[in-house]
Amino acid sequence: MSLFEPTAADFEPLARQEKTEQITRPSLSYWQDAWVRLKKNTRAIISLGIIVLLGIFTLIGPLLWSVNPALQNLNQVSQAPSWAKSAVVIAPYQRWNGIRLDNYTSPDQTFTSLPAPTGFSTADTPTTQRVRLAWDQVPGADGYNVYRNNRAPRDFNDLGLPLGSTYGDELSYEDRLSLEPREYYYSLVPTDGYDEYEVYSQLILTPALGLTPDEAVERELITDPHEVNIGDYLTIEFHPLGTDYLGRDMLARLMEGARVSLFIGIVAPFLFVLVGIIYGGFAGYFGGRVDGLLMRFAEFVVALPFLLFMILFKIAFGIGPGESGIMPMLLALVLLSWPSTARLVRGQVLQIREEGYIEAARLLGAKDHYLVLRHIIPNTMGVILVTLTFAVPAAIFTEAFLSFIGMGVAPPTPSWGSMCNEGVKTMLSHPHELIFPALLISITVLAFNLLGDGLTEALDSKMRSRD
Amino acid sequence: MLAYTLKRLFAGVITVWFIATATFIAMHQVPGDPLMNDKAVSAEIRANLEAKYGLDKPVTEQYFIFLGNMLSGDFGISFTQQNRRVNDIIRDHFPISAILGLLAIFFAATGGVLWGALTAIYRNRLPDIVIMFLVILGISVPSFVFAALGQLFLVNLNSLFGQSIIPVAGWGTIWHMLMPSMVLGLGTMALLTRLMRSSMLEVVNEDYIKTARAKGLSPTRIFFRHQLRNAILPVITVLGPQIAAITTGGFVVELVFAIPGLGRYFVQAVQQLDYTVIMGTTVFYGAFLVLMVIIVDILYGFIDPRVRLS
Amino acid sequence: MAIHASDAVDFESQTLTIALTQEPPQLNSTKATDQVSGTLLGHLMQGLVRYDRRGKVIPGVAERWEMDEKTATFWLREDAKWSDGKPVTAHDFVFAWQRVVDPKTASEYAFILAPILNAAEINEGKLPVSQLGAVALDDRTLQVNLARPTAYFVKLAVFITFYPIRQDFFESRGDQYAAEAKDLLYNGPFKLTEWTHSASLKMVKNEHYWDSENISLNAINVDYITADTRARLNLYTDGKIAFTRLDGETYKDALSQRFRIRRFTTGSTFFLEYNHRPGKPTDNRNLRKAIQSVFDPDEMVNRVLATPGNLRGESLFPVWINGVNDKFRKEYPAPQAGYNIKEAKRYLELAVKELGSIPPLVLLVSDSPTATKQGEYIQGVLLNKLGIELKIDVQTFKQRLAKMTSGEFDIVGAGWGPDFDDILTFGDLFASWNMNNRGRYNNPEYDRLVRLTMNSTDPKTRMDAMGKAQQILFDDAVILPQYEQGVIYLLNPKIKGVARRVIGPDPDFTYARIVP
Repeated sequence: MSLFEPTAADFEPLARQEKTEQITRPSLSYWQDAWVRLKKNTRAIISLGIIVLLGIFTLIGPLLWSVNPALQNLNQVSQAPSWAKSAVVIAPYQRWNGIRLDNYTSPDQTFTSLPAPTGFSTADTPTTQRVRLAWDQVPGADGYNVYRNNRAPRDFNDLGLPLGSTYGDELSYEDRLSLEPREYYYSLVPTDGYDEYEVYSQLILTPALGLTPDEAVERELITDPHEVNIGDYLTIEFHPLGTDYLGRDMLARLMEGARVSLFIGIVAPFLFVLVGIIYGGFAGYFGGRVDGLLMRFAEFVVALPFLLFMILFKIAFGIGPGESGIMPMLLALVLLSWPSTARLVRGQVLQIREEGYIEAARLLGAKDHYLVLRHIIPNTMGVILVTLTFAVPAAIFTEAFLSFIGMGVAPPTPSWGSMCNEGVKTMLSHPHELIFPALLISITVLAFNLLGDGLTEALDSKMRSRD
Repeated sequence: MLAYTLKRLFAGVITVWFIATATFIAMHQVPGDPLMNDKAVSAEIRANLEAKYGLDKPVTEQYFIFLGNMLSGDFGISFTQQNRRVNDIIRDHFPISAILGLLAIFFAATGGVLWGALTAIYRNRLPDIVIMFLVILGISVPSFVFAALGQLFLVNLNSLFGQSIIPVAGWGTIWHMLMPSMVLGLGTMALLTRLMRSSMLEVVNEDYIKTARAKGLSPTRIFFRHQLRNAILPVITVLGPQIAAITTGGFVVELVFAIPGLGRYFVQAVQQLDYTVIMGTTVFYGAFLVLMVIIVDILYGFIDPRVRLS
Repeated sequence: MAIHASDAVDFESQTLTIALTQEPPQLNSTKATDQVSGTLLGHLMQGLVRYDRRGKVIPGVAERWEMDEKTATFWLREDAKWSDGKPVTAHDFVFAWQRVVDPKTASEYAFILAPILNAAEINEGKLPVSQLGAVALDDRTLQVNLARPTAYFVKLAVFITFYPIRQDFFESRGDQYAAEAKDLLYNGPFKLTEWTHSASLKMVKNEHYWDSENISLNAINVDYITADTRARLNLYTDGKIAFTRLDGETYKDALSQRFRIRRFTTGSTFFLEYNHRPGKPTDNRNLRKAIQSVFDPDEMVNRVLATPGNLRGESLFPVWINGVNDKFRKEYPAPQAGYNIKEAKRYLELAVKELGSIPPLVLLVSDSPTATKQGEYIQGVLLNKLGIELKIDVQTFKQRLAKMTSGEFDIVGAGWGPDFDDILTFGDLFASWNMNNRGRYNNPEYDRLVRLTMNSTDPKTRMDAMGKAQQILFDDAVILPQYEQGVIYLLNPKIKGVARRVIGPDPDFTYARIVP
């Protein structure tokens, strides 16, 4: 067995090759590489698409759907999305005197029972403007209660809404309580002035959707009240997403709300995350005293009672009554939200600065700010992007809360968050008031989430090696 | 370690003092006071009230009186609940909020770590997409909606069985605590899932994981021994302040589920400008928060030995 | 369908369970000001007189009384006892009333004792407490010397501020009086046996109450305390509580559950109050008259509030106030402007001539969602019909009060609930000396009418004066009435005899019983 013992003759020099490097692709810097990868990332593309759509919705939408978001229509309160309806033109409202008995005296005794009222009927055609009911006197009754239900009552305890009471000499009642063109079941119960007798009469009717000529002019359906006659039919305006609690068009309000919500929801998070990164980065990097001082200040900010300081800011920034204070609100949001990001980033930095490559780079002569910007911060991107994703809905809802307490947008300016606040109350009966703004917020959050994911994959140096 | 802890505690006391002072100043700058009410009173009655509660003294004198009392542990009597001492209010109601909060954190932490890890392991496959969708929903839908929906769910559940199995509101047994703590923990759980996912994804690509895999270690061992431990640091970072926030900030959940916790007092005290309760709860919360942060920072050192704090 | 479990009502044990909207802030009757404390105290204690089921004043601790221009004398019944068995004496009333007017107590309702001789002076610190014009002639006779003839004094005495307190018990408790259930003595139909703050209360039948055989209920449990209406509806649906108030949104859910909804007009009026300070645009009468004619009063009640029970806002004086022989509003119908756009525009032109141009007006509202909703409605009407810009200033409770006091508003959404059953409780609101006259409306003729009503005992004179006052409020458009508040609520059908009151404990379960 002999070992191979190399000699000088076993080696010969290779020819110089200048061209080998051209077979590989051109070298890219970190950010250029990230951009290339981002463009190829499906998630990021989808998210950018969504963001563009949201932008169109906000900026171009109002031009295409030019309905006034502040125009109230109390006849169309909380309507679900539907096709356009038609209404009949009716006379303007006149106060009704009703039907009263002359020479009426209260009965001098209470009876064990009374018969059900007779003659319970409508005094004239019922419309959504008013329903006029009349009935015959029940001898022995000292008053009447009127109820209304949306479905047929099963028994005496299921008569529905107690609309009102009349005295013994009044044999009529006019109902104007949020009437809709649907079937109503009225019930009439005689009373002794205080307690009810357990009998009732029923009446079923459907009011016609009515509109006066003046209202038609206000709604901009016609220009002159004399254009139409009583009894004509008009098509009233169409609300593709329904209306809110004052009859305002949901779609128009969502578009206007988009401006405030998206502005706050994007700018505020970026700002306070930026502040958090810088603050936390330096705290974590320098450590020791600096870290201690900076972090104590951050805790101080977090522990302050939020509501109290918001009220104080509102006064300090001198927002006029009823004015929209978007900039002060933005400032307040940023001032009170940066500590959590700072803490997160600082934690990451504390971990990363012990890594080998940091030491190596320092030995190579890197300055502090180079290390922080070039090495440490990019490695905290994962955590930063998560915070950003969460900051978006948090900002939108904090804005809703602030507007609620009078800081932020003043009524009637809408924002998605405040529309959610309003919509929650009618969650079960009129879900569309909650679903649409919540859906838009979810879409925005989704877009930023996907963008965040895409960015993480593009920017994270370790994940690169997977492809 | 001991020196570090003592230094931190001392710094904490200073921080709490700053918090108290800033709050006191803010409280007196804001218009209104605890004595104002819907029905205005005559000037004489107003003067009587001010004298009785010491509000006729100059603000600086009131501040030093407050400081003196605080140092002896006395936060005074509430303005709105006029026969209760603030100390008693905190003592009676904080434990309830604490239990609710800890239970919520327990749900959030176990859920967050679990779901986050799952999404990282099954990256880009069905479990990942489903969980992330739920996470988006969890953070876009506000907590009061979840509270209302949760309670409604319980009502319908009871109705289905014809009798009340799980209480829909109130406090007392473990059954009362289930739904409220789940609702309270939802937001944090979504955050932790997301955090866990992103930090797991980073860790999974580390060289030492590849080494461990190459060594032939079982995936479970790798997961628990290496991945989890390294990925969990951001989760711990967040957990500290979150515990403090949740235990004292469960206002909506306490309202909807009729839970006698401290959260309601926080908000109502500011709305009513109840000076003593505002100061008492703020100082208490500040101290609690500072303590949680100190604990978390010390935990850092144990979890990741490379981290040097001083 | 609801589950009527035994939790909400129980026939055998005659117990019912309810929820409260907030923790009772103050159970010391000399200092309590809010509805919740007042309702609890109305069940736990009793004054000289009380209300029957239908709201008439009947004997309470006092079994009879006599009144003239200078004095009111009350004879107490023998069997009225405290929950520790000792009798309720006239001294207990004297002691309690002295506590109320004592400036050291700083009671916000001290003003309600003003008809008693020297009460006002004692409260201002000018006289010692012992000078109060209420004397115990003996253990069972109480003589009240009046500062001025007060025809409605007996009706005043129903109020919780007039409840008795026993001196030895009060002093034994010191500043812990009324802090816990054991720190109170009860002379009413019920006594408080448990009180877990912010969580629950338990009231059981007071066996020492003089009329206890007529009390059917054995216990009232308060098991939940929450301000969230939807949470309480859920508890009601789950069969856990027997009573809950509904609001504009939850009533639809209650309807779909086929619950029996009941209605009650609370007796409070809500109105827009203008700022009458010189220099403010709303000081201009023509502007106010213009705004008066631009609202359809039915719209607020039927479309904006949209819950049953609210009545149209026509006057400061609500429909339930008594006049000479019948209701005040029947004898003195409120003047109406109604919706008259021509008149409104005419007044607006006059206003513009006098003011130059109408600047944007500021409407101060509270941060409650209903208040903001009403504000937005008013904003819409003013803009659409008159072209007046209205800014809505949303303020949290105390900040709103501070602005109201300092006059930093043009219009404020205000309301008033009655303190006692006499027209003066509403009438004196806009007297120039009243601190609740936030707009600082100052009209010597109005002041004269109020003084006349205060000092006269002849019903016709008084009601005529208030009728004229009502006319002034309309002619000068001092306020713009919005609505008279109504509430809707659910009550378990097995409970009969619950009384709802405009003044006094509401709801009142004293006369209630549970049927099988």
